[in-house]
Amino acid sequence: MASFRQWLRGVGLATAAVAATQLFTPAAQAQAPATIKIGILHSLSGTMAISETTLKDVMLMLIDEQNKKGGLLGKKLEAVVVDPASNWPLFAEKARQLITVDKVAAVFGCWTSVSRKSVLPVFEETGGILFYPVQYEGEESSKNVFYTGAAPNQQAIPAVDYLMANEKVKRWVLAGTDYVYPRTTNKILEAYLKSKGVAAEDIMINYTPFGHSDWQNIVASIKKFGSAGKKTAVVSTINGDANVPFYKELGNQGIKATDIPVVAFSVGEEELAGIDTKPLVGHLTAWNYFESVNNPANKAFIAQWKAYTKNPKRTTNDPMEAHYIGFNMWVKAVQKAGTTDPAKVIDAMVGVTVPNLTGGYSAMMPNHHITKPVLIGEIRADGQMNTVWQTPGTVVANEWSPYLEGSKDLIADWRAPLSCGNFNVVTGKCGGASK
Amino acid sequence: MTMLCRLLLLLVLSVAALPARAQTEDAFAGLASDDFDGIGQAVTALALSGDKQAAPTIRALQAEALFAGAEGALLIKAESGYLDARTGAPVADVDEDSLNLVKVNNKVRRAVEAGLGSLDLFATTPEVRRKAAGAVFTSRDPAILPALARALAQEKDAGVATVMREAQAASLLESTDATEADKLAAVATLRLRGDLEAQSLLASLHDQPAAVTAAAATAISAIARLQQLWSIVQSVIYGLSLGSVLLLAAAGLAITFGVMGVINMAHGEMVMLGAYTTFVVQEVIRAYAPGWFGASLFIAVPLAFLVSGAVGILIERGLIRFLYGRPLETLLATWGLSLVLQQAVRSVFGANNRDVGTPAWMSGATQWGGVTVTYNRLTIVVFAFLVLAALMATLRYTALGLRMRAVTQNRRMAAAMGIRTPWIDALTFGLGSGIAGMAGVALSQIDNVSPNLGQGYIIDSFMVVVFGGVGNLWGTLVSAMTLGIVNKFLEPVAGAVLGKIVVLVLLILFIQRKPRGMFPLKGRAVEA
Repeated sequence: MASFRQWLRGVGLATAAVAATQLFTPAAQAQAPATIKIGILHSLSGTMAISETTLKDVMLMLIDEQNKKGGLLGKKLEAVVVDPASNWPLFAEKARQLITVDKVAAVFGCWTSVSRKSVLPVFEETGGILFYPVQYEGEESSKNVFYTGAAPNQQAIPAVDYLMANEKVKRWVLAGTDYVYPRTTNKILEAYLKSKGVAAEDIMINYTPFGHSDWQNIVASIKKFGSAGKKTAVVSTINGDANVPFYKELGNQGIKATDIPVVAFSVGEEELAGIDTKPLVGHLTAWNYFESVNNPANKAFIAQWKAYTKNPKRTTNDPMEAHYIGFNMWVKAVQKAGTTDPAKVIDAMVGVTVPNLTGGYSAMMPNHHITKPVLIGEIRADGQMNTVWQTPGTVVANEWSPYLEGSKDLIADWRAPLSCGNFNVVTGKCGGASK
Repeated sequence: MTMLCRLLLLLVLSVAALPARAQTEDAFAGLASDDFDGIGQAVTALALSGDKQAAPTIRALQAEALFAGAEGALLIKAESGYLDARTGAPVADVDEDSLNLVKVNNKVRRAVEAGLGSLDLFATTPEVRRKAAGAVFTSRDPAILPALARALAQEKDAGVATVMREAQAASLLESTDATEADKLAAVATLRLRGDLEAQSLLASLHDQPAAVTAAAATAISAIARLQQLWSIVQSVIYGLSLGSVLLLAAAGLAITFGVMGVINMAHGEMVMLGAYTTFVVQEVIRAYAPGWFGASLFIAVPLAFLVSGAVGILIERGLIRFLYGRPLETLLATWGLSLVLQQAVRSVFGANNRDVGTPAWMSGATQWGGVTVTYNRLTIVVFAFLVLAALMATLRYTALGLRMRAVTQNRRMAAAMGIRTPWIDALTFGLGSGIAGMAGVALSQIDNVSPNLGQGYIIDSFMVVVFGGVGNLWGTLVSAMTLGIVNKFLEPVAGAVLGKIVVLVLLILFIQRKPRGMFPLKGRAVEA
C-alpha cells in the first residue's frame, strides 16, 4: 500500500514539474521581443504523428533558412512548436495558446480536416493566420486560413479525367475511409462521373473504418465488380495507414495495376517508405508535387532537406511543398505589408506569387487557395512516382464544388469590397461566417 | 564506334532478310519514342517479329533497365555494363548523362506482359509456360493465335494445355475471321473455366453473331450462379481467417484477464512489442545474413515471446501486484502504461510505420475453386491454432500450468501447499503477455507495424474474451471464430463500418442475456 502511495506521489510531482515548465516557458520567451514568432501546430504524438512530424521538421528547416538569409524585417524568426497530440479539441486549445499567449505572427499546422474545423473558430475569433498544407475536400473558405493544399478539382477530378481518357475506364470503385474528406470527395466525384454519363450501377462506393486491416472481402468484391467486362478502376481516398494492408491484399489476390488500377489521393512518398512497393508498381497517385520531379529548385530543396535532417533516406512529399510555398508566400506578404500584423498580412497575401518546386509559379488567389499544377504518377519499384501526365499549366482551386447542389452557386473572394467566403451569385448575398 | 558497328550490321542484315529486318528495326526505333502509345505498339511489334533480341529487350524494359541514347541507340543496362539492344553486343564508353530511361506506364506494361506471354509460350519450364498462357488470355490478341496453336500442339503438361486452350478461346472470340462454330466452342471453353476473368471476358464481347451472343449470355448467368455459391464459402473462409486473427490477439488476454482477472489495457502494446521484435529480427537478418530472410519469422516467434513475456513480468512485479482486487485503478494504471509504451517505441523507432517484409513463401495466393486464399492469411490460421494448442497443453500438462490453475482456483490453499503465489502470478502474466508478443509477429504480416498497432486490437480482444466466457480458452476459440464469421457475412451486406456496429450491438444484447458469456465457468472457482 505504502509503496503505491509513494508511486502516486511520484506521479503527482512529475505532473507538477511538467505543468511548471509549461507555465514558465512562455514567460521566458516573452523576454525576447526582437524576434518574430511562428507557431507550428502539428501532432508529434498519437495517430497522426506519422504524417505531421515531418511537417514540423520542414517548417523548422524553412525558418532556419530564412534566419540564415538575415531574418525578416530585420528580426530573427523563432519557431514555437506545440504538440496537439492527434487530439482534435487539443488543437483548438493549443491554437489559442499560440495566438494569445505566445503572440505568434502566423501558425502553420493541422493535417486532418477535423483538426482544421476544430481550430477554425479560434482563428476567426482572434484574427490569427493559419496555413493549412494538406489536400482536402474543399467546401470551405475562411478569411483567416490560407489553403496551400489541393482542393478536389486540383487532385481528384484531373485524376478521374486521366483514367477516363488514357485507360478508358468505364466502371468506378470509390473506396474511402469513413470520415469527412472521403465522404465529401466521393460525393463530388459521384456527381462528376454521373455528369460524364457514367451509370449508377457502374459506380460502387465503399467505406471502411480508420485503420481497417482485413481487406479480404472488400478486395474480393472489387475483383467481382471489375469482372463485368468493362475496364474498372479504384479511386481511393483511403487514409494513410489502412492503405498498406489494402495494397498488400490487392497484390496477394493478384490484382495488378494493369488490370484494375488504383488511384490514391492520400498515398505519398512518406507512406510508401514503410512498405514493400513491388506489388504496387503501376498503381497511380495524384498530387501537385512528386519528389521525383526533375528540376533545379526541387533538387536543391531535397538536398537541403537531407542535409537538415542528416538522413539521406528521408523523402519529401506534397504537403511539405505546400508548406514551402505557404511559408515563402507569408514572407513575401510580410515584406509587402511591412509588418507582421495579421490583419494587414491577410490583405497583402492575395496576389502573392512564389516559385513552386515543380518548375512553375503558384499564386494566392482571392479565395485563399493557391494555383497548382496537377501531376499523375505511377508508383515505381523504389517507392517514388513516375510522372505519366500533368496539366499543361496550373489549376485554380474551386473551393466550392460546382458539382454539388449546395455549393455550386457559391464563390469566395476575400478582397474588398466583397470580402466574403461564401457569396451566393444567384441570390447576391453573403452567407456570413464560414462553415 | 557504335555508329560504325551499326552501319556494318545494317549492311550485313540487309543482305540477309531485308523486309523482316526493316520491320524489326522500326520496332526497336519505336521504343525510343517519347509517347507511351508509341512504345506500347513497338513492344507488340517487336514481340511478334521473331527477332532473338526481342525477349531480352522487352525484359529489360520491364525491369526499367532499357535506355535510349543519342541517335536512336538503345542500350540495356546489365551487370557488366551496357549492351546494344539490337545486337546484344557489349558497348564500351557509354556517356551515362546522355541516356534516358525508357519510361513505362500501365499501357506499356500491358503490352510488355502480352509480348512476353507470346514469347514465353515455348519456354522450357511448365510454370513459365502457364504464366505466359495466362498473359495471353488477358491480352487476347488474335495475332498470337498461330503461335498459340503451335505451342498447344507440342504441349505435354495437361494443366498448361488447359490454360493454353482457354487463351486460344479468348483470342478466338476477338478474331474477326473465326467461324461461328469455333466461337461457340470458345464460349463453351470459357464457361467451363467458370471464374471471374472468364465472366469479365464474356461480358465484354461485342459485334458477335447472334448465336454466340446468346451462348455468352447463358454462360455468364451460369458462371454468376456458381460464383454466388462460392461467395458463401468465401465468407466462411474469410471469417475463419479474421477469427484466427482475433483469436491470436485475444489468447494472451484470455490468460491475463480471463484467468487472472487483470484488466490489462496495455495488452495491445504487448502485441505491438512483438511486431517490433519481428522488425528488429528482420533488420539484423537483412544486415548480416540475407539468405536467412525466409526463416526470419521462425526466429522472431520465440524472441517475441521472450521480449513481451519479460516486459509482462516487469509490469506485473512493478505495477499490477500493488493493484490486485482494485479493477478501476488497474484499468487506469495500465492504460497510462500503454501510452508510455507507445511513446517509448515512437521515440526509439520513430513515428513512421516500419517495413516488415513478407517472406517469399508467405506471399501470393492459392485458388480454392472460386475463392482466393492468400498464403499469409492461411499461415496465420494455422499459427493461431498452434498457439492455442500450445497454450492449452501448457496449462493442462506442465507443472507451471498446474500451479497456475491451483493459484487461480484457490489461492490460499495453493499457498498452503507451498506454491509461491506471487511468483506464479508474475509468470502467468508473463505467459499471457508472451502470447500477445507472438500474436504481434503474425499481425506484422497483415497490419502496419506502428506504435499504434496494439490499439486497434484491444477492444476486439476484450470483446472476444467476454463473449466467450471469462476464464475459458475453448470459449475464446468459439467466440473468436463466431465473431469473425458473423462479421464477414455482414460486411458485404451492411458495409465494413455498419457491420462492426451491428456486431457490437448483437454482442451487447447477448451479454445482457448471458453476462458470463457463451461458456461460463461453473463451480466454486467462480464464487472465489
